[in-house]
Amino acid sequence: MQVELIEIRDHLSRFAPFDELPEETLDETARQVQVRYFKAGTPILELGDEITDLHYIRSGAVEIYRRNGELFNRLGEGDIFGQASLRRGGRVRFPAKAMEDTLIYYIPVALFDELSDNFDHFAEFVDVEGAGRLRAAVEPQGRASELMKVRVNRLISRPPVMLNAQSTIHQAAAVMTEQGVSALLITETDPDQPPLQRVVGIITDRDFRTRVVSKALPPDTPLHSIMTPDPITLQANDSVFEATLCMLRHNIHHLPILNRRRPVGLVNLADVIRYQSQNSLYLVSDIFKRQSVSDLQEMLPDVRASFVRMVEDEASAKMIGSAMSSIGRSFIQRLVELAEKELGPPPVPYSFMVLGSMARDEQLIVSDQDNALVLDDRFDPAEHDEYFLRLATFVSDGLAACGYSYCKGGIMATNQRWRQPLSVWKRYFSDWIENPNPQTLLNSNIFFDLESVSGQADYVEQLRELIATKAQHHPRFLALMARNSLNRTPPLGFFRTFVMEQDGRQRNIINIKGRGTAPLTDLIRVHALACGSTAQSSHDRLDDIAKTKLMPPESVARLRYALEFLSLARIRHQALDIQEGREPNNYIEPENVSAAERHGLKDAFQILSNAQKFLRYRYPLSAPGRSS
Amino acid sequence: MKRHSGQPSVDWPQYMASRASSPHAALARFYGAAWPDAETPMGEVEFMALDLETTGLDARRHAIVSIGLIPFTLHRIRSDQAWYQVVRPQGDLLPESVAFHHITHSDIRQAPRFGEILEELLEKLAGKVAVVHYRNVERNFLEQAAQQAVGESLLFPVIDTMQIEADLNPQRQPGWLLRLLGKQPISIRLADSRLRYGLPVYQAHHALTDALATAELLQAQVATHFSPQQRLGDLWC
Repeated sequence: MQVELIEIRDHLSRFAPFDELPEETLDETARQVQVRYFKAGTPILELGDEITDLHYIRSGAVEIYRRNGELFNRLGEGDIFGQASLRRGGRVRFPAKAMEDTLIYYIPVALFDELSDNFDHFAEFVDVEGAGRLRAAVEPQGRASELMKVRVNRLISRPPVMLNAQSTIHQAAAVMTEQGVSALLITETDPDQPPLQRVVGIITDRDFRTRVVSKALPPDTPLHSIMTPDPITLQANDSVFEATLCMLRHNIHHLPILNRRRPVGLVNLADVIRYQSQNSLYLVSDIFKRQSVSDLQEMLPDVRASFVRMVEDEASAKMIGSAMSSIGRSFIQRLVELAEKELGPPPVPYSFMVLGSMARDEQLIVSDQDNALVLDDRFDPAEHDEYFLRLATFVSDGLAACGYSYCKGGIMATNQRWRQPLSVWKRYFSDWIENPNPQTLLNSNIFFDLESVSGQADYVEQLRELIATKAQHHPRFLALMARNSLNRTPPLGFFRTFVMEQDGRQRNIINIKGRGTAPLTDLIRVHALACGSTAQSSHDRLDDIAKTKLMPPESVARLRYALEFLSLARIRHQALDIQEGREPNNYIEPENVSAAERHGLKDAFQILSNAQKFLRYRYPLSAPGRSS
Repeated sequence: MKRHSGQPSVDWPQYMASRASSPHAALARFYGAAWPDAETPMGEVEFMALDLETTGLDARRHAIVSIGLIPFTLHRIRSDQAWYQVVRPQGDLLPESVAFHHITHSDIRQAPRFGEILEELLEKLAGKVAVVHYRNVERNFLEQAAQQAVGESLLFPVIDTMQIEADLNPQRQPGWLLRLLGKQPISIRLADSRLRYGLPVYQAHHALTDALATAELLQAQVATHFSPQQRLGDLWC
């Protein structure tokens, strides 16, 4: 007869992954547990020993070492170890030592295998590399979100009104009036699947004003000459939230919805706003109605409330980053409009360029402004610079008033060095890449995330192309970028309410940005530059990296999960700061970290640490001089 | 530490052998089992943590209500082989002790009498060195119950983790001067002893939990104060 020990069962039931096991399975697991006491300082597992059980810490604390004797991790009550060795032939790979008087529960390997086979959450939790555990922690976030669940086709109220591209603008105007729609999809017969139609363009009410009437075009002008070709589309099973973000991102008001390639509807901004009136999109449209800097400044609490609401809605870090970046861009766009209203039209065309997190679509609530001006090559400093200095100052001061503090490194358009014509910017980038210098690169790192927010987007596009083309052929540049990104390393992990540093020291606070998300985005940037990607967001960059043979797909997936988890942790703690009336920052206090979050963070830091080792190996620093 | 203070030395192998010819077959098998001798190193001994829950402290007036057993060595506590038995005492269970033991009247009514489980108990204990915390309870109650059931005494060597604590803390009762200065006596109760070894707090008074608690305590005592090479004969009594 097997009887169960209540103490063993109750303890297991409080800790992941046992806490999610069904009652009967937990009972059976508790019945099979064996126990042993270890005095502080005595070895629990020695390298190469046979191992037959998963180890569970009932009480006390355990240190895990690498093969070379380096401290790998510290574990406490409810933590498990030994799974890596069990999976790899049953020989101890990571020695373990009791650092305090410790009571270990042994879970026999047969039971461990059975639990892993029968329960996905268990298998993922004990997954050797930990990525599974992260995935488990990250996914419910997106799943639970109401916004995520609602598909965009719910917003479609009627089939799209369509016309062939050969039709005339007169026919289009007649159809739009007759049907009472503000936009029309322009189609052509799909050459692959005739007679099916595919979308080749879109035309809106606004286009009639700006492209037809203002230019007095004749009524028989063919539609294809005035339409917006190849419009951005979404799939019918994409979420409303994605539709929202897509409109924000591209500042468009109409979004064709396709089922594969077949147009099934057209969603407009009003549809989405009706669906969710109190959201970041609403906030954005509100930004454009504000008439002064002080009006804009009043919106700061709304921005924060919208951030907190997204966290509460359990939106993913990617969505939140994207929404906050869109809000940030809208502030800049409105400030630029206000500046131009005050200063008059610009003397030469320009692009107001943002750098860093906003360009990556990953901005959060605590953010510096990092921006620059790329001016037309006809720019004459003597004649034009005063205008652009005033414009830059207007925008920069306005941003500071709206909560985007001045960049401490002076990377702002108000700095003459960063207010230059396109040709000078091309020279800057060529010089950084062709003649890299560790110190200069440290400061110019941020310029490799760049986006045009207002004005001539193609200037920034040209710079992106230049970077993508050149960077991959300059190993010394890549090596120095890699080296710089290794300056910031993740902490070893958590131990109770302390953060473990690499040398075993303990601190009671952690800079989740400086030790987590920033080195991770740096690392992803280096790989993206190496594979010639022009993508800016870390997720898009990972997509590009995945297309190459640079690293195995599992590694890309792990980086993605680590990024999402670390970003979410940062976001959640900032939301907590706001809710509790503190100024949000980039720090995490370990006492505010739940057990599940602690496990996830530990794993994410481990993934980052492993990825940094690979980065160092992948982009070696050869002798200076061999720069191309 | 070589010997318990003030303990009369019993030649246990000789005593066990002397009773191997008991007319009661189960007792004869029990005493005739292969018992370790006093020279056996602790690291090689097979132990059996034993705990009884009783209706009171006086073996003549009170009765056993449950028995918990867990086999173990210094390397492993085989909680997966734990054995637990509720027994039906002669006479009625006192109401106040019902709550105390988390055992209900219906548990008791369905349970066998001690005599019915004695054989199984003896099989489990045969050849294993029993480990208890405060041997007077286990010894006196088993003796009394065995006398009632089969008319013979039941005596065997035990390791008493409370005795070990008592011997480790001979000055646990501070003198009158220290007591006057506020020094507290050192408690050798199971829960308090465990705390000194960093062992977790358990819900007390369940025979199986207490048996587990006792097994863990002996491992901790040996790891802290002795070694696996310590003679069994130095610790049993």
